[in-house]
Amino acid sequence: MKPVNPRGAWTLFLRETRRFMTVKMQTIVAPALTAILYLLVFRYAMGARSVPGLDVDYFSFLIPGLVMMSMLQNAFANTSSSIIVGKVMNVHIYLLMAPLSAIEVVGAFLAAAVVRALTVATVLLLVLAPFTALTFAHFGLILLYGVCGSILMGGFGLIAGMWSDKFDDMALINNFVIMPLTFLSGVFYSVKQLPPFWQQVNHFNPFFYLIDGFRYGFLGVGDTNPFTAMWVVSGATFVCMAACWGLWRIGWRLKE
Amino acid sequence: MGQDTRFALQVQNLHKVYSNGKSALDGVNLNVPKGAFYALLGPNGAGKSTLINILADIVRPTAGSASLLGHDVFHDKAWCKRHMGVVPQEIALDPFFTPREVLAITSGLFGCKPDNAWIDELLGRLELSEHANRNARQLSGGMRRRLLVAQALVHKPPLVILDEPTAGVDVELRRRLWDFMRELNAAGTTILLTTHYLEEAEELCDYVTIIDQGRVVADRPMRELMRDVAGRYLWLRYGEGFTMSDEDARALVDFQPRASDRGVCLTLRHGKPDETNFHEAYQAAVSRFGAPVDAGVRQEDLEDVFIRLTHDDTNDKQQGDRT
Repeated sequence: MKPVNPRGAWTLFLRETRRFMTVKMQTIVAPALTAILYLLVFRYAMGARSVPGLDVDYFSFLIPGLVMMSMLQNAFANTSSSIIVGKVMNVHIYLLMAPLSAIEVVGAFLAAAVVRALTVATVLLLVLAPFTALTFAHFGLILLYGVCGSILMGGFGLIAGMWSDKFDDMALINNFVIMPLTFLSGVFYSVKQLPPFWQQVNHFNPFFYLIDGFRYGFLGVGDTNPFTAMWVVSGATFVCMAACWGLWRIGWRLKE
Repeated sequence: MGQDTRFALQVQNLHKVYSNGKSALDGVNLNVPKGAFYALLGPNGAGKSTLINILADIVRPTAGSASLLGHDVFHDKAWCKRHMGVVPQEIALDPFFTPREVLAITSGLFGCKPDNAWIDELLGRLELSEHANRNARQLSGGMRRRLLVAQALVHKPPLVILDEPTAGVDVELRRRLWDFMRELNAAGTTILLTTHYLEEAEELCDYVTIIDQGRVVADRPMRELMRDVAGRYLWLRYGEGFTMSDEDARALVDFQPRASDRGVCLTLRHGKPDETNFHEAYQAAVSRFGAPVDAGVRQEDLEDVFIRLTHDDTNDKQQGDRT
């Protein structure tokens, strides 16, 4: 499609942003509360011990991981729920009928996912700030990982939404792919605490790099080389965006 | 493809075979003149919605081409989408937004500057003003249908395609909706519609295409169709116990007589427009059966023609008649 439609893309972005802003309790307050509960439980369960292999206390270790996990889950939820609701209610046809190119649609969806993720992250950090002394060792890295991670998961959400035909399909992806990957990515532990075999396995989990790199941005220490992580993450983000673009262009599982 | 500037929409040899192997369109051609009020008719499952959904880019065509005001529908998609408004058959609304928001968003998605005056006018004309700020979930079926119509018009497209826009809308509102469509049409908008209310189609539309099982079975101006294809019949009543012998039937064979136990029905032919062989038919009947106790001429309406064309196994004959 040659003629560009920036107003259309902007409208779609606003629509997708409004969608989560009108239900703030569900989309921003609830994730913040969940993260705080995790934090409190783990803080009292683990006490003030420090993380083996890293010279930080457990509480400081936990915060960046929890923030990133919330960002990833919210970015995924924003795109996936919009697409699946659209498909189930058959309103996705209006998006197909609109004069928008695949780049415009995917760009608008991903931008809205990033905005939601960053909003949740900001709220979380503001709430958590009184409990601990937050450090920002490399603010640029925090932003890079935060944005890349949100795009990546927003993109996964888009693809998952296109793939799903009903809410059940989406629940399947959530429970069997997204939850295990986020929980087993080193949010709650350092991979250095794991046996060597599982350390290796973790290196194939993209979430691991996202969370580790993000944490490095805060603490200045991490489980892996932040530059390796940067390559993995930006590569994966690029591939994911390209996949979204290609799939939307052909109307994968959207058009008969 | 040949682009004729007289036409708003041209569809050529369009085929659609769904992934389950079902063929929905089998070489459909459609030529909608600019400014026409065009009826696309056919029984359920004939392929009308498939055709419309292909034009709306919701369904992929298997083969064929289409052009809108000279632009290739399948390649110059963005341009074509901006210049057509489609009301889909199935009512689907985003439960998240109010009618006003739905219209503002749709307008934006089509790249239009916010035009609140036009949105207000649409809401007013489609009698949704009172409900403009209610959640779309609270709207009745008829209101939702009207909102879909408003949605299709919000970017002021020169071609409006309506797939069953009046299903589930009561008589009064239906009339007002058609009045509005007629006004748009008078102002230059080309309108293509499908409907099951055939008497409305006959009254409103100046062109008609009838499709059945994915193929066009009639395609001509409404007036010509009614003049050339709609039959005229002479019926004569003789009362209880009427019988027609084989000999009578042979004598009246030119008029394809059909007898009941009360009388007989003869098929009339047009000689010139507005002239039939009524007189010969009447004379012939009287000479066989005597003077009837009652008689009359019945003209087929669009519904009769429609049923005849779409229930007839000899569609090939009708296709041969087409020009």
